[in-house]
Amino acid sequence: MTTAGTSTSGRTRTVTPKHDVVIRFAGDSGDGMQLTGAQFTAEAAIAGNDIATFPDYPAEIRAPAGTIHGVSGYQLNFSDHEVFTAGDEPSVLVVMNPAALKANIKDLAQNGILIVDTDSFTEQNLKKVKYEANPLEDGSLDKYQLFKIDITKLTTAALNDMGLSTKEATRCKNFFCLGLVSWLFHRPTEITIQHIEKKFKNKPGLAEANRRAFMAGYNYADTTELFAESYEVKSAPITAGTYRNITGNAATALGFVAAAQRAGRPLFLGSYPITPASDVLHELSKYKALDVVTYQAEDEIAGIGSAIGAAFGGAIGITTTSGPGLDLKAEALGLAAKVELPLVVADIQRAGPSTGLPTKTEQSDLLLAMFGRHGESPLPVIAAASPADCFMCAYTAVRIAVKYMTPVILLTDGYIANGSEPWKLPEVDQLPDITVKFATDAATYKPYSRDEKTLARPWAIPGTPGLEHRLGGLEGQNGSGNISSDPDNHELMTKLRAEKVQRIAQEIPPMRVMGPKSGDAIVVGWGSTFGPIHAAVKQLQKEGRSVAHSHISYINPLPSDLGDLLKNYKKVIIPEMNMGQLRMLIRANFLVDAIGINKMKGKPFTISELVTKISAIMDGRKLEAVQ
Amino acid sequence: MTTEATAAVKLTRKDFVTDQDVRWCPGCGDYAILSQVQRVLPELGVPREKIVFISGIGCSSRFPYYINTYGFHTIHGRAPTLASGLKISRPDLCVWIATGDGDGLSIGGNHLIHILRRNLNVQILLFNNRIYGLTKGQYSPTSEEGKITKSTPYGSPDHPFNPIGIALGAGATFVARSIDVENQHMPGVLLRAAQHKGASFVEVFQNCNIFNDGAFDYTTDKENKLDRQLRLENGKPMVFGKNNDKGIRMNSQMQAEVIEFKDGLSEKDCLIHDETNPAIAYMLSQMVAPKFPTPMGVFFAIQKTTYEEVATEQINTAKKTRPLTIEQLLKSGDVWTVK
Ligand code: SF4
Repeated sequence: MTTAGTSTSGRTRTVTPKHDVVIRFAGDSGDGMQLTGAQFTAEAAIAGNDIATFPDYPAEIRAPAGTIHGVSGYQLNFSDHEVFTAGDEPSVLVVMNPAALKANIKDLAQNGILIVDTDSFTEQNLKKVKYEANPLEDGSLDKYQLFKIDITKLTTAALNDMGLSTKEATRCKNFFCLGLVSWLFHRPTEITIQHIEKKFKNKPGLAEANRRAFMAGYNYADTTELFAESYEVKSAPITAGTYRNITGNAATALGFVAAAQRAGRPLFLGSYPITPASDVLHELSKYKALDVVTYQAEDEIAGIGSAIGAAFGGAIGITTTSGPGLDLKAEALGLAAKVELPLVVADIQRAGPSTGLPTKTEQSDLLLAMFGRHGESPLPVIAAASPADCFMCAYTAVRIAVKYMTPVILLTDGYIANGSEPWKLPEVDQLPDITVKFATDAATYKPYSRDEKTLARPWAIPGTPGLEHRLGGLEGQNGSGNISSDPDNHELMTKLRAEKVQRIAQEIPPMRVMGPKSGDAIVVGWGSTFGPIHAAVKQLQKEGRSVAHSHISYINPLPSDLGDLLKNYKKVIIPEMNMGQLRMLIRANFLVDAIGINKMKGKPFTISELVTKISAIMDGRKLEAVQ
Repeated sequence: MTTEATAAVKLTRKDFVTDQDVRWCPGCGDYAILSQVQRVLPELGVPREKIVFISGIGCSSRFPYYINTYGFHTIHGRAPTLASGLKISRPDLCVWIATGDGDGLSIGGNHLIHILRRNLNVQILLFNNRIYGLTKGQYSPTSEEGKITKSTPYGSPDHPFNPIGIALGAGATFVARSIDVENQHMPGVLLRAAQHKGASFVEVFQNCNIFNDGAFDYTTDKENKLDRQLRLENGKPMVFGKNNDKGIRMNSQMQAEVIEFKDGLSEKDCLIHDETNPAIAYMLSQMVAPKFPTPMGVFFAIQKTTYEEVATEQINTAKKTRPLTIEQLLKSGDVWTVK
């Protein structure tokens, strides 16, 4: 249905309703496309759309301008219904230079809208990315709706009386773009202007320049009748509540703070900067007023060592890292497991091995988290499914660490760490209880006595008279903790440590299944593949397939009802952004012939590729045939 | 350490002895150090439960098991990391680190320099026996050049570390040295270290009678030790020798040299020790036997802010000037309501 609307200039234009739109902004790292994307996301959220975002950064901070590896992108999916991913293929693509065009054009949907800053399509820039002819002129973009706009010139012209240098004025072109797309999607301008004023509160000159650039873009679209039609995505039916848009890293940080507050203990983060985990450190360093200490350690080992030291003293000890850092923390994790102190290690996974693809996502640390320590050293492992889910997972990780006196590994990944979605704010007093009880009774205290239900040993902190005791990595006698090399005791302690972790299964809620309780296939996932799997299975169900989706948040121990659940389906399919690490665990634990769909491209699954591959497996076709 | 002294009951050496069997080799220098530490602890006036000993791995790192306070025998080289987290989150505790030349200067060298740089208010005792004991006799970062050991049958090609020089270079605010056998000297140094506000680094020469016996004999030899040791005293001229007839002066090249008190030279020509002067401290750190007497005592002691006091201050200021509840924090940022 198409209606006529009235623009601010009084002209009529066509407004076409849409259910969902995927838009991607791409430019040089320095072009400010992340900011444009984030701001456009805020507009969509406030308009009541459901949203999911996926920023995609290059590894270099400022790669040489105009090169492919310097391209930074931000994708937003906004919709009038529930969305689970940032979208497979953009229907709108905004590119600021030839490199951004070259890197992104293959993803744009047929007949998609392509907005291009023509000013940057100089001979030199074209050469840099090996365009022999100017793609804006040679007809190669004919299958898209191409809008060629001299964005840089128009921006600087709009600001020419402000006394800005060309460089400063040029930098505002991202707000010009924001103005263009804000018009295109019927967004009110006030919200963005308020944001600009707030963001550049202390720099009124910049605020004014960005406001002008934004309005110039908006008015340009309006007055030139640049676009034949504009689009409107109505608000989505979203559960009532208060929301904010949140990235996984911010949600992780807040989950930790909330847990420490509920526990009534200070939070201590020992961390060494590493991509893509550093934002958790940045975030937490702001919350000193809530008894949060952030300690930027000299290395990854010192990060975890300091957190263990703080835990010994009674704080909620946390360390955050990414794969290479988890490698380095292995020995200290073993110590924490042996001395049975509460600790949370968050691994924001990235593609490996070695330095790998530091800014790209992967789920390839699962087996490292499970087994990456010498000796028998089992640890609980929890994985977050989405940006907002990071909050509860971080919270739960602390809760379990304290309740069971054990280190816990929390896995998230680059996709959900940087990606964002609306998060329904929880009521703090409704969050599950976290009670910390320190040992105080000298008469009964034994360092390694155990709670009957959880097998946790008591937490006795320095400063408590009469409870002086020594912890250490050497094997200790059950009960007293005294150094012991007694063979029977070592076997007993090994089993007790394993049993304690197994008992955490009593914390896990029953598995939820989306779809039939039994049938042809169940697709099982963990971590950030939740979104694409969920959307893909929904689509397959619509097509009439007998397929269900179930998601695993607790990977060690696995949910106790998982094995039986899997038996109800003819096929078990496990998509992962690795070579099949969960699949290996499922096969080993349940003797199920699970089939993998594996992607190692540093990118999340698209819904359509999952739909194709799940169908192929269900039909008994070879996966290679549909690659 | 400056933990408020609240010991109502006067503790004795015995209060700091644990029921664990001490497992060092008979004759090991570690026994003497343990005994000196247990002697000094009651003098601090700190309740036993407020004291924590943290160690890494190695013979020296068994230390916490034998002291009846809180203790943590951690992993190789990492004691300073645990001590840092503990002290930052619990500034009320009196934290000691026991480490060795392998633990502290080889595998844990990085952590050692950073804890000194940050000036956490802890005491670091580095037992220097110039050998790996627990792994049965390989050369260490302080072993002399050409050292023949199990892992260097043709002699070690390494140049050794100078622990005092490293501590000074790392920005330590308290640097001292003592010897296991000097039971009159060590308690004074330990007490000074404990009373210093900031990271105190104490190198203790320790004899490993199994794998490196006699490493410090030249310095500790009863007959000649007064000629071979320079006892440092703040504000006093650097005089040594059986008959107090030798001293250290600065020559025209700004280098230390030994003088004998004859031909008109006397105590007046000697350098006056100044614990706050980094140039003197560094010069002393480079004085090596047999050319020089080995300096013993406090090389350097100055005041700087400690890490944990700044960290605590930041938290207190934030609470006062920008109070925040968890509810407010969760609702911060751009929030919208769906009805
Ligand atoms: S090996 Fe050497 S340092 Fe270790 S306990 Fe024996 S004598 Fe002492």
